[in-house]
Amino acid sequence: MSLRRGQVAFAAAAIAVALGLPRVLYPVLALDILVWGLFAMSIDLLLGFGGLLSFGHAAYWGVAGYAAGLVARDAGMPFPFAALAGVVASAALAFPLGYLSLRRTGIYFAMVTLAFAQMLFYVANEARPLTGGENGLQGIPRTLGGLALGPSLSFYYAALPLVVVGYLAAYRIVHSPFGHVLVSIRDNEARARALGYDTARYKLVAFVLSAALAGLAGSIEALSQRFVSLDFLHWSTSGQVVLMAVLGGLGTLWGGILGAAVFLLLRDFLSTSDVLRDAPGVVTGLVFIVIVLGLRRGLWPTLRNGAGRLLPRSRRAALEPQVPEPEIR
Amino acid sequence: MNNVDLRLEEGVVHALVGPNGAGKTTLFNLLTGFFAPSSGRLLLFGEDATGLRPDQIAKRGVARSFQITSLFEHLRVIEHVVLALQARTDHGYRFWQADASLRRFDARARELLAEVGLEPLADRTVQHLPYGQKRALELALALAIEPRLLLLDEPTAGMSAADVQRTIELVARVRAGRTVVLVEHNMGVVGELAANVVVLQQGAIIAEGRYADVRHDPAVVAAYLGQVDA
Repeated sequence: MSLRRGQVAFAAAAIAVALGLPRVLYPVLALDILVWGLFAMSIDLLLGFGGLLSFGHAAYWGVAGYAAGLVARDAGMPFPFAALAGVVASAALAFPLGYLSLRRTGIYFAMVTLAFAQMLFYVANEARPLTGGENGLQGIPRTLGGLALGPSLSFYYAALPLVVVGYLAAYRIVHSPFGHVLVSIRDNEARARALGYDTARYKLVAFVLSAALAGLAGSIEALSQRFVSLDFLHWSTSGQVVLMAVLGGLGTLWGGILGAAVFLLLRDFLSTSDVLRDAPGVVTGLVFIVIVLGLRRGLWPTLRNGAGRLLPRSRRAALEPQVPEPEIR
Repeated sequence: MNNVDLRLEEGVVHALVGPNGAGKTTLFNLLTGFFAPSSGRLLLFGEDATGLRPDQIAKRGVARSFQITSLFEHLRVIEHVVLALQARTDHGYRFWQADASLRRFDARARELLAEVGLEPLADRTVQHLPYGQKRALELALALAIEPRLLLLDEPTAGMSAADVQRTIELVARVRAGRTVVLVEHNMGVVGELAANVVVLQQGAIIAEGRYADVRHDPAVVAAYLGQVDA
Protein backbone atom coordinates (compact mmCIF):
# COMPACT_ATOMS: atom_id res chain seq x y z
CA MET A 1 0.00 0.00 0.00
CA SER A 2 1.25 3.43 -0.88
CA LEU A 3 0.41 4.76 2.55
CA ARG A 4 2.65 2.18 4.23
CA ARG A 5 5.45 2.83 1.78
CA GLY A 6 5.05 6.55 2.27
CA GLN A 7 5.29 6.12 6.01
CA VAL A 8 8.37 3.93 5.77
CA ALA A 9 10.07 6.43 3.48
CA PHE A 10 9.14 9.25 5.83
CA ALA A 11 10.50 7.37 8.86
CA ALA A 12 13.73 6.49 7.05
CA ALA A 13 14.27 10.11 6.02
CA ALA A 14 13.52 11.29 9.54
CA ILE A 15 16.05 8.86 11.06
CA ALA A 16 18.72 9.90 8.56
CA VAL A 17 18.16 13.57 9.35
CA ALA A 18 18.17 12.92 13.10
CA LEU A 19 21.46 11.00 12.94
CA GLY A 20 23.16 13.41 10.55
CA LEU A 21 21.97 16.70 12.01
CA PRO A 22 24.76 17.22 14.58
CA ARG A 23 27.35 16.67 11.84
CA VAL A 24 25.87 19.51 9.83
CA LEU A 25 24.97 21.94 12.59
CA TYR A 26 26.77 22.12 15.89
CA PRO A 27 25.32 19.54 18.28
CA VAL A 28 23.83 21.93 20.84
CA LEU A 29 21.84 23.71 18.12
CA ALA A 30 20.81 20.40 16.59
CA LEU A 31 19.46 19.14 19.91
CA ASP A 32 17.84 22.51 20.53
CA ILE A 33 15.83 22.12 17.33
CA LEU A 34 14.61 18.65 18.23
CA VAL A 35 13.76 19.62 21.80
CA TRP A 36 11.95 22.85 20.92
CA GLY A 37 10.20 20.82 18.23
CA LEU A 38 8.86 18.52 20.95
CA PHE A 39 7.85 21.56 23.00
CA ALA A 40 6.00 22.97 19.96
CA MET A 41 4.26 19.61 19.53
CA SER A 42 2.95 19.85 23.07
CA ILE A 43 1.38 23.18 22.07
CA ASP A 44 0.00 21.66 18.88
CA LEU A 45 -1.59 18.81 20.84
CA LEU A 46 -3.46 21.35 22.93
CA LEU A 47 -4.09 24.09 20.35
CA GLY A 48 -4.18 22.27 17.02
CA PHE A 49 -6.11 19.23 18.20
CA GLY A 50 -7.90 20.55 21.28
CA GLY A 51 -8.49 24.18 20.26
CA LEU A 52 -6.97 25.39 23.54
CA LEU A 53 -4.38 28.16 23.40
CA SER A 54 -2.10 27.98 26.41
CA PHE A 55 0.02 31.06 26.80
CA GLY A 56 1.76 29.70 29.87
CA HIS A 57 3.55 26.58 28.76
CA ALA A 58 6.85 28.05 29.93
CA ALA A 59 5.62 26.95 33.38
CA TYR A 60 5.87 23.26 32.48
CA TRP A 61 9.06 23.63 30.44
CA GLY A 62 10.69 25.57 33.28
CA VAL A 63 9.48 23.57 36.27
CA ALA A 64 10.60 20.38 34.54
CA GLY A 65 13.96 22.00 33.80
CA TYR A 66 14.51 22.89 37.45
CA ALA A 67 13.26 19.49 38.65
CA ALA A 68 15.50 17.59 36.23
CA GLY A 69 18.47 19.81 37.07
CA LEU A 70 18.04 19.35 40.81
CA VAL A 71 17.59 15.59 40.55
CA ALA A 72 20.67 15.27 38.33
CA ARG A 73 22.84 17.57 40.43
CA ASP A 74 21.78 16.97 44.03
CA ALA A 75 20.62 13.36 43.82
CA GLY A 76 23.25 12.39 41.26
CA MET A 77 20.74 10.47 39.19
CA PRO A 78 21.47 9.34 35.63
CA PHE A 79 20.01 11.73 33.07
CA PRO A 80 16.99 9.64 31.96
CA PHE A 81 15.76 9.58 35.56
CA ALA A 82 16.32 13.31 35.83
CA ALA A 83 14.19 13.76 32.70
CA LEU A 84 11.52 11.49 34.14
CA ALA A 85 11.49 13.58 37.32
CA GLY A 86 10.92 16.65 35.17
CA VAL A 87 8.00 15.00 33.38
CA VAL A 88 6.40 13.97 36.67
CA ALA A 89 6.85 17.44 38.14
CA SER A 90 5.27 19.23 35.19
CA ALA A 91 2.37 16.77 34.92
CA ALA A 92 1.71 17.06 38.66
CA LEU A 93 1.68 20.84 38.39
CA ALA A 94 -0.58 20.76 35.34
CA PHE A 95 -3.37 19.00 37.26
CA PRO A 96 -4.34 21.89 39.54
CA LEU A 97 -3.33 24.67 37.15
CA GLY A 98 -5.11 23.02 34.22
CA TYR A 99 -8.20 22.37 36.34
CA LEU A 100 -8.39 26.04 37.29
CA SER A 101 -7.48 27.47 33.86
CA LEU A 102 -9.97 25.27 32.01
CA ARG A 103 -12.83 26.85 33.90
CA ARG A 104 -12.45 29.61 31.31
CA THR A 105 -12.37 29.36 27.52
CA GLY A 106 -10.80 31.22 24.61
CA ILE A 107 -8.74 34.27 25.32
CA TYR A 108 -9.61 34.12 29.04
CA PHE A 109 -8.14 30.64 29.25
CA ALA A 110 -4.95 31.93 27.59
CA MET A 111 -4.76 34.82 30.05
CA VAL A 112 -5.20 32.57 33.10
CA THR A 113 -2.45 30.20 31.90
CA LEU A 114 -0.20 33.21 31.38
CA ALA A 115 -0.99 34.48 34.88
CA PHE A 116 -0.07 31.16 36.49
CA ALA A 117 3.18 31.02 34.51
CA GLN A 118 4.06 34.54 35.64
CA MET A 119 3.38 33.56 39.25
CA LEU A 120 5.83 30.67 38.90
CA PHE A 121 8.42 32.99 37.35
CA TYR A 122 8.38 35.22 40.42
CA VAL A 123 8.28 32.28 42.82
CA ALA A 124 11.37 30.81 41.13
CA ASN A 125 13.08 34.19 41.32
CA GLU A 126 12.50 34.31 45.09
CA ALA A 127 13.30 30.67 45.80
CA ARG A 128 17.05 31.27 45.52
CA PRO A 129 18.23 28.34 47.67
CA LEU A 130 16.46 25.98 45.29
CA THR A 131 16.66 27.67 41.90
CA GLY A 132 19.63 30.00 42.23
CA GLY A 133 17.35 32.94 41.48
CA GLU A 134 18.81 35.23 38.85
CA ASN A 135 22.03 33.23 38.76
CA GLY A 136 20.17 30.18 37.62
CA LEU A 137 20.69 26.54 38.49
CA GLN A 138 24.27 25.83 37.53
CA GLY A 139 26.57 22.87 37.11
CA ILE A 140 24.02 20.25 36.08
CA PRO A 141 25.85 16.99 35.36
CA ARG A 142 24.62 14.41 32.89
CA THR A 143 25.62 10.85 33.45
CA LEU A 144 24.45 7.43 32.44
CA GLY A 145 25.68 4.39 34.36
CA GLY A 146 29.03 5.91 35.29
CA LEU A 147 29.53 7.40 31.84
CA ALA A 148 29.94 11.15 31.89
CA LEU A 149 28.34 12.44 28.74
CA GLY A 150 30.44 15.55 28.59
CA PRO A 151 30.81 16.34 24.90
CA SER A 152 27.66 17.75 23.42
CA LEU A 153 27.88 15.35 20.49
CA SER A 154 27.73 12.35 22.86
CA PHE A 155 24.82 13.88 24.72
CA TYR A 156 23.00 14.51 21.46
CA TYR A 157 22.97 10.81 20.66
CA ALA A 158 22.24 9.85 24.26
CA ALA A 159 19.24 12.18 24.42
CA LEU A 160 17.90 11.41 20.94
CA PRO A 161 15.98 8.27 22.03
CA LEU A 162 14.22 10.26 24.76
CA VAL A 163 13.16 12.95 22.31
CA VAL A 164 11.92 10.30 19.90
CA VAL A 165 9.90 8.71 22.71
CA GLY A 166 8.29 12.12 23.17
CA TYR A 167 7.46 12.38 19.45
CA LEU A 168 5.98 8.90 19.38
CA ALA A 169 3.94 9.60 22.51
CA ALA A 170 2.52 12.73 20.89
CA TYR A 171 1.71 10.79 17.72
CA ARG A 172 0.02 8.02 19.72
CA ILE A 173 -2.08 10.48 21.72
CA VAL A 174 -3.30 12.26 18.60
CA HIS A 175 -4.07 9.02 16.75
CA SER A 176 -5.86 7.30 19.62
CA PRO A 177 -9.50 7.04 20.69
CA PHE A 178 -8.71 9.93 23.02
CA GLY A 179 -7.34 11.99 20.12
CA HIS A 180 -10.58 11.51 18.19
CA VAL A 181 -12.65 12.69 21.14
CA LEU A 182 -10.36 15.68 21.57
CA VAL A 183 -10.81 16.76 17.95
CA SER A 184 -14.57 16.36 18.22
CA ILE A 185 -14.59 18.56 21.32
CA ARG A 186 -12.59 21.15 19.41
CA ASP A 187 -15.05 21.07 16.51
CA ASN A 188 -18.33 20.95 18.42
CA GLU A 189 -18.16 20.81 22.18
CA ALA A 190 -21.91 21.00 22.82
CA ARG A 191 -22.45 18.01 20.57
CA ALA A 192 -19.78 15.98 22.33
CA ARG A 193 -21.40 16.76 25.69
CA ALA A 194 -24.83 15.75 24.43
CA LEU A 195 -23.36 12.41 23.37
CA GLY A 196 -22.23 11.87 26.95
CA TYR A 197 -18.60 12.97 26.94
CA ASP A 198 -17.40 14.72 30.07
CA THR A 199 -15.61 17.32 27.97
CA ALA A 200 -14.10 19.17 30.94
CA ARG A 201 -12.33 16.02 32.03
CA TYR A 202 -11.11 15.25 28.51
CA LYS A 203 -9.67 18.74 28.22
CA LEU A 204 -7.91 18.35 31.57
CA VAL A 205 -6.35 15.05 30.46
CA ALA A 206 -5.18 16.76 27.25
CA PHE A 207 -3.73 19.62 29.27
CA VAL A 208 -1.80 17.29 31.57
CA LEU A 209 -0.50 15.19 28.67
CA SER A 210 0.59 18.34 26.86
CA ALA A 211 2.34 19.61 30.00
CA ALA A 212 4.10 16.26 30.39
CA LEU A 213 5.46 16.51 26.84
CA ALA A 214 6.52 20.10 27.45
CA GLY A 215 8.17 18.84 30.63
CA LEU A 216 10.11 16.14 28.81
CA ALA A 217 11.35 18.79 26.39
CA GLY A 218 12.27 21.20 29.19
CA SER A 219 14.15 18.50 31.12
CA ILE A 220 16.27 17.56 28.13
CA GLU A 221 16.93 21.22 27.38
CA ALA A 222 18.15 21.77 30.96
CA LEU A 223 20.47 18.76 30.73
CA SER A 224 21.71 19.87 27.33
CA GLN A 225 22.47 23.42 28.51
CA ARG A 226 23.69 22.12 31.94
CA PHE A 227 22.06 25.24 33.25
CA VAL A 228 18.54 26.44 34.02
CA SER A 229 17.96 30.17 34.00
CA LEU A 230 14.85 32.16 34.80
CA ASP A 231 14.40 32.50 31.03
CA PHE A 232 12.96 29.00 31.10
CA LEU A 233 9.93 30.41 32.92
CA HIS A 234 9.79 33.76 31.15
CA TRP A 235 6.60 34.65 29.28
CA SER A 236 8.56 35.11 26.06
CA THR A 237 9.34 31.38 26.17
CA SER A 238 5.59 30.68 26.13
CA GLY A 239 5.19 33.03 23.18
CA GLN A 240 8.13 31.60 21.28
CA VAL A 241 6.83 28.04 21.41
CA VAL A 242 3.35 29.06 20.26
CA LEU A 243 5.00 30.92 17.37
CA MET A 244 6.97 27.80 16.42
CA ALA A 245 3.83 25.65 16.47
CA VAL A 246 1.93 28.15 14.31
CA LEU A 247 4.84 28.54 11.86
CA GLY A 248 5.07 24.78 11.45
CA GLY A 249 1.33 24.39 11.00
CA LEU A 250 -1.33 23.66 13.62
CA GLY A 251 -2.91 20.23 13.67
CA THR A 252 0.07 18.70 11.88
CA LEU A 253 2.16 17.60 14.87
CA TRP A 254 5.42 17.21 12.88
CA GLY A 255 5.16 20.85 11.81
CA GLY A 256 6.39 21.82 15.27
CA ILE A 257 9.88 20.53 14.47
CA LEU A 258 9.95 22.56 11.26
CA GLY A 259 8.76 25.67 13.06
CA ALA A 260 11.43 25.21 15.71
CA ALA A 261 14.10 24.64 13.06
CA VAL A 262 13.22 27.81 11.14
CA PHE A 263 13.04 29.89 14.29
CA LEU A 264 16.30 28.66 15.81
CA LEU A 265 18.31 28.59 12.57
CA LEU A 266 17.21 32.12 11.82
CA ARG A 267 18.18 33.27 15.30
CA ASP A 268 21.53 31.50 15.02
CA PHE A 269 22.19 33.02 11.60
CA LEU A 270 21.31 36.53 12.78
CA SER A 271 23.49 36.33 15.89
CA THR A 272 26.53 35.49 13.75
CA SER A 273 25.76 37.90 10.91
CA ASP A 274 27.75 41.15 10.82
CA VAL A 275 25.11 43.23 9.12
CA LEU A 276 21.88 42.04 10.70
CA ARG A 277 23.17 41.32 14.19
CA ASP A 278 21.91 44.59 15.61
CA ALA A 279 18.32 44.20 14.53
CA PRO A 280 17.36 40.54 15.03
CA GLY A 281 13.83 41.40 16.13
CA VAL A 282 13.06 43.32 12.97
CA VAL A 283 14.36 40.58 10.70
CA THR A 284 12.70 37.67 12.51
CA GLY A 285 9.46 39.63 12.70
CA LEU A 286 9.51 40.30 8.96
CA VAL A 287 10.30 36.69 8.10
CA PHE A 288 7.45 35.41 10.27
CA ILE A 289 4.99 37.89 8.81
CA VAL A 290 5.94 36.73 5.33
CA ILE A 291 5.58 33.06 6.27
CA VAL A 292 2.26 33.52 8.01
CA LEU A 293 0.83 35.63 5.18
CA GLY A 294 2.25 33.50 2.38
CA LEU A 295 1.70 30.05 3.85
CA ARG A 296 -1.40 30.46 5.91
CA ARG A 297 -1.60 26.90 7.09
CA GLY A 298 2.05 26.78 8.06
CA LEU A 299 5.24 25.22 6.73
CA TRP A 300 4.36 21.56 7.09
CA PRO A 301 1.20 21.47 4.94
CA THR A 302 2.97 23.56 2.30
CA LEU A 303 5.93 21.20 2.14
CA ARG A 304 3.70 18.16 2.14
CA ASN A 305 1.66 19.50 -0.75
CA GLY A 306 4.86 20.40 -2.58
CA ALA A 307 6.15 16.84 -2.13
CA GLY A 308 2.75 15.57 -3.23
CA ARG A 309 3.16 17.19 -6.65
CA LEU A 310 6.18 14.97 -7.25
CA LEU A 311 4.10 11.85 -6.71
CA PRO A 312 1.77 10.30 -9.27
CA ARG A 313 -1.76 11.54 -8.79
CA SER A 314 -3.01 8.14 -7.67
CA ARG A 315 -0.76 8.17 -4.63
CA ARG A 316 -1.39 11.69 -3.42
CA ALA A 317 -4.24 10.59 -1.20
CA ALA A 318 -1.69 9.06 1.17
CA LEU A 319 -0.48 12.55 1.95
CA GLU A 320 -3.85 13.92 2.91
CA PRO A 321 -3.96 15.00 6.54
CA GLN A 322 -5.48 12.30 8.73
CA VAL A 323 -6.83 14.88 11.08
CA PRO A 324 -8.18 18.09 9.56
CA GLU A 325 -6.48 21.31 10.38
CA PRO A 326 -8.28 23.49 12.86
CA GLU A 327 -9.75 26.93 12.61
CA ILE A 328 -8.87 29.19 15.47
CA ARG A 329 -11.83 31.15 16.63
CA MET B 1 -39.69 29.36 31.29
CA ASN B 2 -42.30 29.89 33.90
CA ASN B 3 -44.11 27.42 36.11
CA VAL B 4 -43.86 24.60 33.63
CA ASP B 5 -45.09 21.45 35.32
CA LEU B 6 -44.64 18.73 32.79
CA ARG B 7 -44.91 15.01 33.38
CA LEU B 8 -43.86 12.87 30.48
CA GLU B 9 -45.57 9.53 30.58
CA GLU B 10 -43.14 6.72 29.84
CA GLY B 11 -43.35 4.77 26.62
CA VAL B 12 -45.32 7.44 24.82
CA VAL B 13 -44.55 9.88 22.01
CA HIS B 14 -45.10 13.44 23.13
CA ALA B 15 -45.10 16.45 20.82
CA LEU B 16 -44.06 19.87 21.99
CA VAL B 17 -45.60 22.58 19.84
CA GLY B 18 -46.00 26.31 20.01
CA PRO B 19 -45.13 29.45 18.11
CA ASN B 20 -41.55 30.60 17.64
CA GLY B 21 -40.05 31.81 20.88
CA ALA B 22 -42.47 29.82 23.00
CA GLY B 23 -39.59 28.11 24.79
CA LYS B 24 -39.55 24.67 23.18
CA THR B 25 -35.80 24.54 22.65
CA THR B 26 -35.23 26.21 26.01
CA LEU B 27 -37.20 23.40 27.60
CA PHE B 28 -34.97 20.88 25.80
CA ASN B 29 -31.90 22.68 27.08
CA LEU B 30 -33.29 22.49 30.61
CA LEU B 31 -34.12 18.81 30.25
CA THR B 32 -30.61 17.98 29.02
CA GLY B 33 -28.61 20.09 31.46
CA PHE B 34 -27.39 22.69 28.99
CA PHE B 35 -29.29 25.27 31.03
CA ALA B 36 -29.71 25.01 34.79
CA PRO B 37 -33.15 25.93 36.14
CA SER B 38 -33.11 29.03 38.34
CA SER B 39 -35.77 27.31 40.43
CA GLY B 40 -37.67 24.07 40.30
CA ARG B 41 -36.64 20.45 39.90
CA LEU B 42 -35.96 17.98 37.14
CA LEU B 43 -36.80 14.33 37.76
CA LEU B 44 -35.56 11.72 35.32
CA PHE B 45 -37.08 8.26 35.57
CA GLY B 46 -38.06 9.07 39.14
CA GLU B 47 -34.63 10.30 40.23
CA ASP B 48 -33.58 13.86 40.87
CA ALA B 49 -31.46 15.16 38.00
CA THR B 50 -31.55 18.88 38.78
CA GLY B 51 -28.22 20.58 38.09
CA LEU B 52 -26.55 17.61 36.40
CA ARG B 53 -24.21 18.30 33.49
CA PRO B 54 -25.25 17.41 29.92
CA ASP B 55 -22.90 14.43 29.78
CA GLN B 56 -24.26 13.06 33.06
CA ILE B 57 -27.81 13.37 31.79
CA ALA B 58 -26.83 11.66 28.54
CA LYS B 59 -25.33 8.81 30.55
CA ARG B 60 -28.67 8.39 32.34
CA GLY B 61 -30.27 7.60 29.02
CA VAL B 62 -31.38 10.90 27.57
CA ALA B 63 -30.45 11.60 23.95
CA ARG B 64 -31.19 14.76 22.06
CA SER B 65 -30.89 15.94 18.51
CA PHE B 66 -30.28 19.58 17.79
CA GLN B 67 -32.61 21.96 15.99
CA ILE B 68 -29.79 23.39 13.94
CA THR B 69 -27.96 20.38 12.63
CA SER B 70 -24.96 19.99 14.86
CA LEU B 71 -22.36 17.58 13.57
CA PHE B 72 -18.59 17.37 13.27
CA GLU B 73 -18.05 18.76 9.78
CA HIS B 74 -14.75 16.99 9.10
CA LEU B 75 -15.68 13.51 10.30
CA ARG B 76 -17.03 10.74 8.14
CA VAL B 77 -20.58 9.57 8.71
CA ILE B 78 -19.55 6.34 10.39
CA GLU B 79 -17.04 8.13 12.61
CA HIS B 80 -19.91 10.13 14.07
CA VAL B 81 -21.77 7.02 15.10
CA VAL B 82 -18.60 5.37 16.42
CA LEU B 83 -17.99 8.46 18.54
CA ALA B 84 -21.54 8.26 19.86
CA LEU B 85 -21.23 4.55 20.66
CA GLN B 86 -17.91 5.09 22.38
CA ALA B 87 -19.43 7.81 24.57
CA ARG B 88 -21.20 5.17 26.63
CA THR B 89 -17.86 3.62 27.58
CA ASP B 90 -14.59 4.89 29.00
CA HIS B 91 -12.81 3.81 25.83
CA GLY B 92 -12.39 7.46 24.82
CA TYR B 93 -9.78 8.05 27.53
CA ARG B 94 -7.38 5.54 26.01
CA PHE B 95 -4.72 7.89 24.74
CA TRP B 96 -2.16 5.07 24.73
CA GLN B 97 -4.08 2.93 22.26
CA ALA B 98 -4.07 3.08 18.47
CA ASP B 99 -7.23 4.48 16.95
CA ALA B 100 -7.63 1.18 15.11
CA SER B 101 -9.22 -0.02 18.36
CA LEU B 102 -12.25 2.09 17.41
CA ARG B 103 -13.14 -0.57 14.85
CA ARG B 104 -14.79 -2.60 17.59
CA PHE B 105 -17.72 -0.17 17.26
CA ASP B 106 -17.94 -0.41 13.46
CA ALA B 107 -20.41 -3.28 13.18
CA ARG B 108 -22.95 -1.70 15.52
CA ALA B 109 -22.42 1.67 13.86
CA ARG B 110 -23.27 0.21 10.46
CA GLU B 111 -26.40 -1.39 11.90
CA LEU B 112 -27.55 1.97 13.20
CA LEU B 113 -26.78 3.64 9.89
CA ALA B 114 -28.74 0.97 8.07
CA GLU B 115 -31.66 1.68 10.39
CA VAL B 116 -31.78 5.34 9.29
CA GLY B 117 -30.96 4.54 5.66
CA LEU B 118 -27.45 5.99 5.66
CA GLU B 119 -25.40 2.80 5.44
CA PRO B 120 -24.37 3.39 1.80
CA LEU B 121 -22.96 6.79 2.79
CA ALA B 122 -20.99 5.53 5.80
CA ASP B 123 -17.61 6.62 4.46
CA ARG B 124 -18.54 10.12 3.27
CA THR B 125 -17.70 13.23 5.23
CA VAL B 126 -20.79 15.00 6.46
CA GLN B 127 -19.76 18.35 5.04
CA HIS B 128 -21.33 17.65 1.66
CA LEU B 129 -24.31 15.62 2.81
CA PRO B 130 -27.76 16.92 1.86
CA TYR B 131 -29.76 18.38 4.69
CA GLY B 132 -32.24 15.54 5.04
CA GLN B 133 -29.45 13.04 5.47
CA LYS B 134 -27.77 15.16 8.09
CA ARG B 135 -31.03 15.07 10.04
CA ALA B 136 -31.11 11.29 9.66
CA LEU B 137 -27.57 11.12 11.02
CA GLU B 138 -28.64 13.23 14.00
CA LEU B 139 -31.23 10.58 14.68
CA ALA B 140 -28.67 7.77 14.38
CA LEU B 141 -26.43 9.56 16.89
CA ALA B 142 -29.30 9.90 19.32
CA LEU B 143 -30.17 6.22 18.95
CA ALA B 144 -26.55 5.18 19.43
CA ILE B 145 -26.62 6.06 23.09
CA GLU B 146 -29.61 3.67 23.58
CA PRO B 147 -31.77 6.35 25.16
CA ARG B 148 -34.75 5.72 27.41
CA LEU B 149 -35.81 9.28 26.66
CA LEU B 150 -35.33 10.58 23.15
CA LEU B 151 -35.61 14.32 22.56
CA LEU B 152 -35.89 15.33 18.91
CA ASP B 153 -35.75 19.01 18.06
CA GLU B 154 -37.59 19.52 14.75
CA PRO B 155 -36.49 16.21 13.22
CA THR B 156 -38.27 16.91 9.93
CA ALA B 157 -37.49 20.61 9.47
CA GLY B 158 -36.36 21.32 5.95
CA MET B 159 -36.91 17.76 4.76
CA SER B 160 -38.49 16.71 1.50
CA ALA B 161 -41.89 15.02 1.71
CA ALA B 162 -40.30 11.62 1.12
CA ASP B 163 -37.75 12.17 3.86
CA VAL B 164 -40.48 13.33 6.23
CA GLN B 165 -42.40 10.14 5.59
CA ARG B 166 -39.29 8.08 6.23
CA THR B 167 -38.59 9.91 9.46
CA ILE B 168 -42.14 9.30 10.64
CA GLU B 169 -41.74 5.60 9.98
CA LEU B 170 -38.38 5.59 11.69
CA VAL B 171 -39.61 7.32 14.83
CA ALA B 172 -42.60 5.00 14.88
CA ARG B 173 -40.18 2.07 14.79
CA VAL B 174 -37.76 3.28 17.47
CA ARG B 175 -40.37 4.45 19.96
CA ALA B 176 -40.90 0.92 21.25
CA GLY B 177 -39.72 0.77 24.85
CA ARG B 178 -38.80 4.41 25.10
CA THR B 179 -40.26 7.82 25.64
CA VAL B 180 -39.98 10.26 22.77
CA VAL B 181 -40.45 14.03 22.82
CA LEU B 182 -40.66 15.84 19.50
CA VAL B 183 -40.52 19.53 18.87
CA GLU B 184 -42.36 19.78 15.59
CA HIS B 185 -44.02 22.40 13.45
CA ASN B 186 -45.35 19.96 10.90
CA MET B 187 -48.81 19.14 12.26
CA GLY B 188 -49.07 16.15 9.95
CA VAL B 189 -46.10 14.61 11.75
CA VAL B 190 -47.55 15.52 15.14
CA GLY B 191 -50.91 14.03 14.27
CA GLU B 192 -49.40 10.78 13.07
CA LEU B 193 -46.89 10.19 15.83
CA ALA B 194 -47.84 11.89 19.03
CA ALA B 195 -50.18 10.39 21.61
CA ASN B 196 -49.89 13.51 23.72
CA VAL B 197 -49.46 17.09 22.58
CA VAL B 198 -48.11 19.86 24.80
CA VAL B 199 -48.63 23.44 23.63
CA LEU B 200 -46.24 26.08 24.87
CA GLN B 201 -46.55 29.82 24.60
CA GLN B 202 -44.23 32.42 26.09
CA GLY B 203 -42.64 29.89 28.37
CA ALA B 204 -45.82 28.44 29.79
CA ILE B 205 -47.97 25.42 28.98
CA ILE B 206 -51.30 26.57 27.62
CA ALA B 207 -52.77 23.22 26.64
CA GLU B 208 -52.04 19.53 26.83
CA GLY B 209 -53.88 16.49 25.56
CA ARG B 210 -54.65 14.41 22.50
CA TYR B 211 -53.92 16.08 19.16
CA ALA B 212 -57.55 16.00 18.07
CA ASP B 213 -58.61 17.81 21.24
CA VAL B 214 -55.77 20.30 21.49
CA ARG B 215 -56.03 21.59 17.94
CA HIS B 216 -59.49 23.05 18.64
CA ASP B 217 -58.60 24.53 22.01
CA PRO B 218 -59.38 28.27 21.84
CA ALA B 219 -56.14 29.23 23.63
CA VAL B 220 -54.12 27.25 21.11
CA VAL B 221 -55.89 28.76 18.15
CA ALA B 222 -55.28 32.21 19.58
CA ALA B 223 -51.60 31.46 20.19
CA TYR B 224 -51.07 30.39 16.61
CA LEU B 225 -53.18 32.98 14.89
CA GLY B 226 -52.19 35.82 17.18
CA GLN B 227 -54.18 38.20 19.28
CA VAL B 228 -54.74 41.84 18.66
CA ASP B 229 -53.45 42.88 22.06
CA ALA B 230 -50.62 40.35 22.23
